[in-house]
Amino acid sequence: MLRLVHEPIDTASLRNALVRPEDGAVAIFEGVVRNHAHGRRIRYLEYHAYEPMAQRRLEEIGVSAKKEFPIREIGILHRLGRLDPAECSIAIVVTAAHRAAAFDACRFAIDAVKKTVPIWKKEFYEDGEAWVSDE
Amino acid sequence: MSIRVLFFATIADVTHLREAEVDAAACANVASIYDRFARASPQLEAYRPSVLCAVNSEFARPDSPVHDGDEVAFFPPVSGG
Repeated sequence: MLRLVHEPIDTASLRNALVRPEDGAVAIFEGVVRNHAHGRRIRYLEYHAYEPMAQRRLEEIGVSAKKEFPIREIGILHRLGRLDPAECSIAIVVTAAHRAAAFDACRFAIDAVKKTVPIWKKEFYEDGEAWVSDE
Repeated sequence: MSIRVLFFATIADVTHLREAEVDAAACANVASIYDRFARASPQLEAYRPSVLCAVNSEFARPDSPVHDGDEVAFFPPVSGG
């Protein structure tokens, strides 16, 4: 469950697919489309990716998270294409025996996605559009 | 004998290309491919300090060697999440 998707993300389904009776904690992070940036109103966003590399990086982040933290499972879904404000662009679910590792791995994963997965966001305003090339 | 070159986001906008092929014999490393496109699109120079590159879907450096059949990609800092 480390993959790019082109349809809306169902975080509850991801969570239910991953959680097992031996887990004592589930950390869930969602990135959501904001309706404003730099004082401008955002109508919608488009996410574009270098798909084969982005897919590979998501898998590598999953492997690293399991190596670095005592977690049992991690899932990451990143959506591509057009997204409207309030829609979920990324969902990360981490299951573990204990909460600290779940929180830490979830934070590690979103930070790694934001730095190393080749995906770019284009913002569409009332009066134009622009790539967001770093934050 | 060719290398497939991919461009993304602002870099694709500047080159007006999403994809191209270059002769492998004429390119020793990643930087030499960038140089070639920067001659046609001089605005690429402004992006040189920040551009990221990959060879066969792995992050690479300007001095990373390239070979026939490789896929080389150039893109700006990522902004997913």
